[in-house]
Amino acid sequence: MSRGNQTEIRQSRLLRSDVYRLGASGLKSRPTRVVLSALGIAIGIAAMIAVVGISTSSRAKLDAELASLGTNLLTVQPGTSITGQDTTLPVESTGKVGLIRGVSTAGAVATLPDVKVYRSRLIDADKSGGIVVQAADPHLLGLLDGTLRQGAWLTKATANYPTVVLGGIAADRLGIVSPGSQIWLGDTQFTVIGILDALPLAPDLDTSAFIGEAFATARFDWDGKPTIIFERSADAEVETVRTLLPRTVNPENPENVRVSRPSDALAAKNAADLAFTGLLVGLGSVALLVGGIGVANTMVISVLERRREIGLRRALGATQGHIRTQFLAEALLLSALGGLAGTVIGFGVIAMFAGTNGWPISVPPVVFAGGIGATMLIGAVAGLYPAIRASKTPPTAALNG
Amino acid sequence: MSDSVIELDQVVRDYGSPPVRAVDHVSLSVARGEFVAVVGPSGSGKSSLLNIIGTLDRPTSGRTIIDGHDVDTMNDAALSALRAYRIGFVFQQFHLTDGVSALDTVADGLIYTGTPRAERRRRAVASLTRVGLAHRLDHQPHQLSGGERQRVAIARATVSDPTLLLADEPTGNLDQRSGASVLELLHELNTTGTTIVVITHDVRLAEQMPRRITIRDGRVVEDDQEAPA
Ligand SMILES: Nc1ncnc2c1ncn2[C@@H]1O[C@H](COP(=O)(O)OP(=O)(O)OP(=O)(O)O)[C@@H](O)[C@H]1O
Ligand SMILES: [Mg+2]
Repeated sequence: MSRGNQTEIRQSRLLRSDVYRLGASGLKSRPTRVVLSALGIAIGIAAMIAVVGISTSSRAKLDAELASLGTNLLTVQPGTSITGQDTTLPVESTGKVGLIRGVSTAGAVATLPDVKVYRSRLIDADKSGGIVVQAADPHLLGLLDGTLRQGAWLTKATANYPTVVLGGIAADRLGIVSPGSQIWLGDTQFTVIGILDALPLAPDLDTSAFIGEAFATARFDWDGKPTIIFERSADAEVETVRTLLPRTVNPENPENVRVSRPSDALAAKNAADLAFTGLLVGLGSVALLVGGIGVANTMVISVLERRREIGLRRALGATQGHIRTQFLAEALLLSALGGLAGTVIGFGVIAMFAGTNGWPISVPPVVFAGGIGATMLIGAVAGLYPAIRASKTPPTAALNG
Repeated sequence: MSDSVIELDQVVRDYGSPPVRAVDHVSLSVARGEFVAVVGPSGSGKSSLLNIIGTLDRPTSGRTIIDGHDVDTMNDAALSALRAYRIGFVFQQFHLTDGVSALDTVADGLIYTGTPRAERRRRAVASLTRVGLAHRLDHQPHQLSGGERQRVAIARATVSDPTLLLADEPTGNLDQRSGASVLELLHELNTTGTTIVVITHDVRLAEQMPRRITIRDGRVVEDDQEAPA
């Protein structure tokens, strides 16, 4: 009548499908707490994904912008001499630059420092609103890939008359909204014939008022020396041209010539934005850390509350390993829920941000992979201690209720 | 000897420091198929003894052989396996989970044997039928009477067909009638071959058992065995 036998017993076993089931049912019994502690993870992941996504989207926008503006524009400006004095670019420099092999177009602006700009004669002579008058080459607009908000750019014909084209900010400061308005440059009345959009490759010129070179010479005694020369060449020639420019412009003192590439400045500005992004990523990690601590905390409380359940499971044949696995699964699931919610929220934020800024949405898949990886890691780290603690709960906990 | 399910030799269990002796040199032997009541005043060490028999706790000293296994030398995994396949537990507080049906509760009794879910539920139906709850499969704890809850717990403890069923005051939370019917059920299980050890405070119930072990201050003071009928 011997039932059961004294020989070897099979091992306790917990099927993988049951591990998931146990993890899920453990969470289901405490929904509020689950939501609250998953929220921390969700916020952290959302912040990280949003930050990375926003910066990659703005980067994508910038790349598109650079591609359309071109990276083949170089500027030539006077530098300071070895003795520390300000230098100037020689007369005729612009023409010489245009002759360099590979250069397709060259044009210049020349600042007329003594000429002030006023909306009307009644305004105090000292208040010129920081607007700088520039003698501008007709090629300038094309070189800078500039566009007109209103009216027309200077032509060879209009350059001989008191006509002026205003940079976007200059127009705003003067309160000029349409061509045909009259303003004063020094003691000469000019007619506004055009207003520019912002110039992404030369933001400094947005505060300028551009007049024709011919009229500048005739009326303001411009000496013909350019302040900034712009030139464009074929992409492949940019580096060669760059090395030739100083000697071409100023053969005697090439070191007094400063050459730069505006597209680099644009990219650098974005790099500065990325430093700010780094700060946000830091904040996101703090949120994640707090979220992880929240999960760990929830799990520790859960372990304390569920001593009887653990004891019962041990009585039903669970090994310490099974208990550990169950609680770890619960922690992982908890943080995965947070991670999932965070990913959705993060993507929503990116979409909103990109939408309002007119950026393309560009999120590298590795970001999502990273988010999932981070979540799993947090879940594992946060769940490990509570799980070990759970597994150390004495089996008698069920009896000493 | 090989037909004894429980074999204790000079088992001692001390708690804490300075040590409180809950079990004091207990030696006893329970044969396969026996039905044993453990009685004694509160604090006499009944639960401590049952924990050791059920391998939930280890003795401070002495030898414990359960179902032929020397449990003192076994590791956690081996003890867990013994509990999963050979020992069933019934507790005074039932330990049912809110919102879980009788069927799933009983099926969970097999979860650590690696039995697939469908098979677990099939065996759970059989086990619930055996305890007379075939008509309560989908009921949740709050929809069951105290006696029915304890029957669900018994069905869970016996779904794996254990050799040994241990019950710590299974009728402690029940009224007279439900308690009697639960005990009746244990008798039935005993006649199908399960060895049963029941702790009880109820002297009248204990009177009906074939063997009564009385504990006082951690010692066996009386082992009252009726001659087999
Ligand atoms: N985990 C523990 N730590 C310290 N002392 C304990 C522990 N468990 C039991 N004891 C002590 O051991 C003694 C026996 O306790 P036990 O629970 O075995 O008695 P019992 O006979 O089951 O009592 P009751 O009928 O009230 O359930 C008591 O003095 C108790 O205080
Ligand atoms: Mg007790």
